[in-house]
Amino acid sequence: MIDAIRNLGSRGISSVWRAGAMARFFMLILANSGMSFRRFQLTIREIYFAGVMSLVIIMVSGLFIGMVLGLQGFETLQRYNAEETMGVLVALTLLRELGPVVTALLFASRAGSAITAEIGLMKATEQLKAMDMMAIDPMSRVVAPRFWAGAISMPVLAALFSSTGIFGGYLVAILLVGIDSGVFWSNLHAAVDFRYDVLNGIVKSVVFGVAISIIATFEGFDADPTAEGVARATTRTVVTSALTVLLLDLILTGFMLRGD
Amino acid sequence: MSSSPSQSFVEIDNVDFSYGKRAILKGISLNVPKGKVVAIMGGSGCGKTTLLRLIGGQLVPSKGMVRVDGQDIAALDRDGMYAMRRKMGMLFQFGALFTDMSVFDNIAFQLREHTTLPEDMIRDLVLMKLDAVGLRGTAKLFPAELSGGMARRVALARAVALDPMLIMYDEPFAGLDPISLSVVGQTIRKLNNALGATSIVVTHDIVESLQIVDYLYFVSEGRIVGHGSPDEIRNSDEPFIRQFVHAELDGPVPFHYPAGNYHEQLGLAPVRPVTPKGSRP
Repeated sequence: MIDAIRNLGSRGISSVWRAGAMARFFMLILANSGMSFRRFQLTIREIYFAGVMSLVIIMVSGLFIGMVLGLQGFETLQRYNAEETMGVLVALTLLRELGPVVTALLFASRAGSAITAEIGLMKATEQLKAMDMMAIDPMSRVVAPRFWAGAISMPVLAALFSSTGIFGGYLVAILLVGIDSGVFWSNLHAAVDFRYDVLNGIVKSVVFGVAISIIATFEGFDADPTAEGVARATTRTVVTSALTVLLLDLILTGFMLRGD
Repeated sequence: MSSSPSQSFVEIDNVDFSYGKRAILKGISLNVPKGKVVAIMGGSGCGKTTLLRLIGGQLVPSKGMVRVDGQDIAALDRDGMYAMRRKMGMLFQFGALFTDMSVFDNIAFQLREHTTLPEDMIRDLVLMKLDAVGLRGTAKLFPAELSGGMARRVALARAVALDPMLIMYDEPFAGLDPISLSVVGQTIRKLNNALGATSIVVTHDIVESLQIVDYLYFVSEGRIVGHGSPDEIRNSDEPFIRQFVHAELDGPVPFHYPAGNYHEQLGLAPVRPVTPKGSRP
């Protein structure tokens, strides 16, 4: 019993310590971000690996999720003779929630884990130490460009996810259900509010991008310099990112609801 | 700042260092004269690599002082430390080459980061460094395509890319075949002479070291237990040095790691000492 309490306390302290270390790490990234913008090609290179290489999984997932939303939406809406509003259902669901959240989960699994593994392996093979001995700060040269690449890529990927999702819903509406194309788009246009729906979705995706990038770079930098240590860090990135994204989504949604 | 009148480029003065409660170095003092190749030798885990990290400023001593080119390393701020490190080159035990870059880019890395040289001049310099280690033909290869010995030589070329005043080698001979080992050893000596640099080689390879270095220090259990020129070391009667140089199985460095009673651990009855007939039990 005492052991269980001690274990719980130890885990609690460790979690708070890690959260504090992560916040400090974020401040260090910001302080060392000059090079990421002065030599923007470093950040562009990382955007290619984190963002461009994630395009396929993001767009294909978006398309399928949009199509499934269309089919499920049609099933329910037709009971109330409201199937013409299918585009609205698909668009609002994607722009407000599924777009930022699912993109964030996929991004954490695809790009976040890759960033952690890469930095962790650089640490395990002493590449970070070698860089430091060459009088080149790994925070500026390795960590900050990857952080900014993640933070920049995530909102763009979320926008593409939502766009392809809406297109998937459109395909189902037009090809399978037989809704008129003009009706689909005009209902969607009338119901979607730029500030309330689109902008809030963008804000969410920016916050998720920053959170995932901090977690991924921190876990890589903090990994034990062994094969097992890197594997654990990669797993922690995916799990912590997923939980953080869902928690942040709850908090942000609470703040964003108009309540009217 | 220039070096001290004794012409020591690196001075380690009564240095202690601990990882937590575990003492690694205990009152170590040594000097590395300018322009010389000095070996720091000792068994695995005796604190050799820690010494290199202290010289490179990656660790701070808990007591004593490390001076490089006359400057107290622990007193330097970040900019001062980075300015000092530009005078240093370091070869890591497993090369630590950047795996996402070609051999060429690995060596060009520091030149691109620290200088404003035009790309065609960087190209010439990189090819010269690679030629010095005999690997100009590998410029386009990636580290994963190199053998262990080749990777070590590329790392060596990278370590001297900026013509450093101090070159540190962490176990440069570990895991190399005899030919690669000899090539790396000779290259260390030649590079030191060609650059007019000072070199510190941390190793446990006594045979190769005796051929290429000017002076040797022996470290055991965090202390200097012997030092001298290669000839002095070959003829030394110091028990630790003799055991090390002649690879004797037992000596000041025991064969057995401290452990409990062997028979008790195996669950056997304790062995009685054999008593000769006629003598008292």
